[in-house]
Amino acid sequence: MAFLHATAHASAPAIDNAAKKRSLTPYFLLLPGMVWLIGFFVLPIATLASTSTMTRPDGAAVGTYVQSLRFQNYLDAFSANKDQFFRSFIYAGIATLLALAIAYPLAYMIAFKAGKMRSFLLVLVVAPFFTSFLLRTIAWTQILGDEGPVVSFLKALPFFSNDIRLTSTPFAVVSGLTYNFLPFMTLPLYASLERIDPRTLEAAGDLYANGLTTFRRVTVPLSMPGVVAGTLLTFIPAAGDYVNAYLLGNPNTRMIGNVIDSRFFAIVDYPTAAALSFTLMAAILILVTLYIRKSGTDELV
Amino acid sequence: MSNPKVSDSRGDLHLNRLTKRFADFIAVDDLSLTVPRGSFFALLGPSGCGKTTTLRMIAGLEEPTQGMISIGDTDITTAKPYRRPVNTVFQNYALFPHLTIFENIAFGLRRRGVKDVKKDVDNVLELVELGHLAERKPNQLSGGQQQRIAVARAIVNKPEVLLLDEPLGALDLKLRRQMQIELKRIQMEVGITFIHVTHDQEEAMTMADTIAVMNQGKIEQMGSPAELYESPKTAFVANFLGQSNLIKGKVNSRSGANASVNIHGIDIEVPITRMASHGDSVLIGVRPEKLNINAKSKNSIGNGTVTDASFVGVSTQYLVKTSWDEELVVFEQNDAGAPDIKVGDTVSLSWEPAHTFALDGNQDLAAGADVDHEAD
Repeated sequence: MAFLHATAHASAPAIDNAAKKRSLTPYFLLLPGMVWLIGFFVLPIATLASTSTMTRPDGAAVGTYVQSLRFQNYLDAFSANKDQFFRSFIYAGIATLLALAIAYPLAYMIAFKAGKMRSFLLVLVVAPFFTSFLLRTIAWTQILGDEGPVVSFLKALPFFSNDIRLTSTPFAVVSGLTYNFLPFMTLPLYASLERIDPRTLEAAGDLYANGLTTFRRVTVPLSMPGVVAGTLLTFIPAAGDYVNAYLLGNPNTRMIGNVIDSRFFAIVDYPTAAALSFTLMAAILILVTLYIRKSGTDELV
Repeated sequence: MSNPKVSDSRGDLHLNRLTKRFADFIAVDDLSLTVPRGSFFALLGPSGCGKTTTLRMIAGLEEPTQGMISIGDTDITTAKPYRRPVNTVFQNYALFPHLTIFENIAFGLRRRGVKDVKKDVDNVLELVELGHLAERKPNQLSGGQQQRIAVARAIVNKPEVLLLDEPLGALDLKLRRQMQIELKRIQMEVGITFIHVTHDQEEAMTMADTIAVMNQGKIEQMGSPAELYESPKTAFVANFLGQSNLIKGKVNSRSGANASVNIHGIDIEVPITRMASHGDSVLIGVRPEKLNINAKSKNSIGNGTVTDASFVGVSTQYLVKTSWDEELVVFEQNDAGAPDIKVGDTVSLSWEPAHTFALDGNQDLAAGADVDHEAD
């Protein structure tokens, strides 16, 4: 007994030290991430927030702003640019729906019907990323150009007039958005469809559900996590995008991203640009929250 | 669409010359079979013998290459799965993870346009004794509970035939025993034809009225559990269903009720009615528990040496090496008169002629013995 007591006493401090070390380990592991987040997320956001309420003193040089806590900046910025705001959400919404309509059959085919071709098709989905985003968007000006294949085809149809144009139209902008964000829709959809046990679908057929009913009652509900993730990954960047509207649109298709871009870099109106950025961020956050609540998949995402 | 026409054919299930060929092998080979209405039928065989393919063809999940499937007088060979009065309990249960237990069970009823599903669902939940779990999701249930829900989801539709594809494979031994009894009780209560696919011979024998032993796409033998066990017709059945001692022999004469067979220089008797072969070259079979140690039964093969003894509770299992160097398995009951035998002892072996069976001699002695009973 005495011996046992002795060892117990002797080892107690060692255990304490070990426990202390172990309790600090998670913080050490968190450190790189936290430093990164503070340096490249928290500080810029704070700077942006402070910029958004600044004003330019009378007679100061271009680009000189001082903090004056002018929250009126937000209302001014929004009311001056609400068309572009709504346009952004409408374009992004249409592009998201189109991407969903294109990506769902594609992902379904890859997940259930592709067999040995599966990996190859997945590589094809990701392949566009191997070239520049800008280059691919500019390529759309040629695809949709007046002499391009799409316009020539449409002109050959009886119900389009001969002076039809597609470049510099809302159609071109939405097409570009849909195209550019398609992989972000396809991959999460594929991931959730691929996880469905094919025997669940067989079971539905066994329980008197025909193909369409099986799709509606089993496949779609089980792929909802992918639908939610895909639509978010498409809608959020599409709403803030300015490249597609810049390269494929006209002055009347400007989106909020274009306004922020020109406020920052052309007009050098930092407070308005910052206020617009914050408003966009808040609007997307609210929309996304409502969407996730509505789709009832918070436990699945 | 909510009310697809489900065939309401009634009667026995017939498989007529059914064949399923895949690209490089024949899974089911010219199989004919009749399952009487209301029976508990087991398809037993090692993995890859074609039993699951047969089941999937009955369910409509695979299309036969040739042959016909019918229930009563209705041909259902090419009917879509959702048009057949057949339901399946899948191996991994395949419950719908996004639906509650109640909705899982109601799925089939709703598809057929049944208006008031509550009563039926409640009844079947009561039958499987899980009424309190109706509002849970499948992943909140244990394996055994999921298994019972899978059965409930199928039988609530009152199908003509219920197919069970290795339904107990994922459960542990104790739960499996319990579910075997449970399934048999349910089958007796609902009176539906059950077709149970399994590789577990004990499970098949416990539950089924009739067992068809399948091997390489064909039925080796069909009959009641006792029939298959006592009078196997092939070496595969003799070895796959329990254990058998098979000994090569030559028929000396067939006269009266018994034939005289010479095995390694010793003459023994076999009842003519228990001989599956008319040829002269035969395999003599005796079940291990029918072999007697140091007793004076009629078919005596003289002395052998005990090479192994393992105590398994109800009995002790011995390996005895015979004069012709074949190791025979002997089970001795651990009752009052149990002899005290150790490895290395010399013992005499004998058995009663009525416990002998004889098979065609041109078969592999070990057919069916080396297949993995527990393979999935």
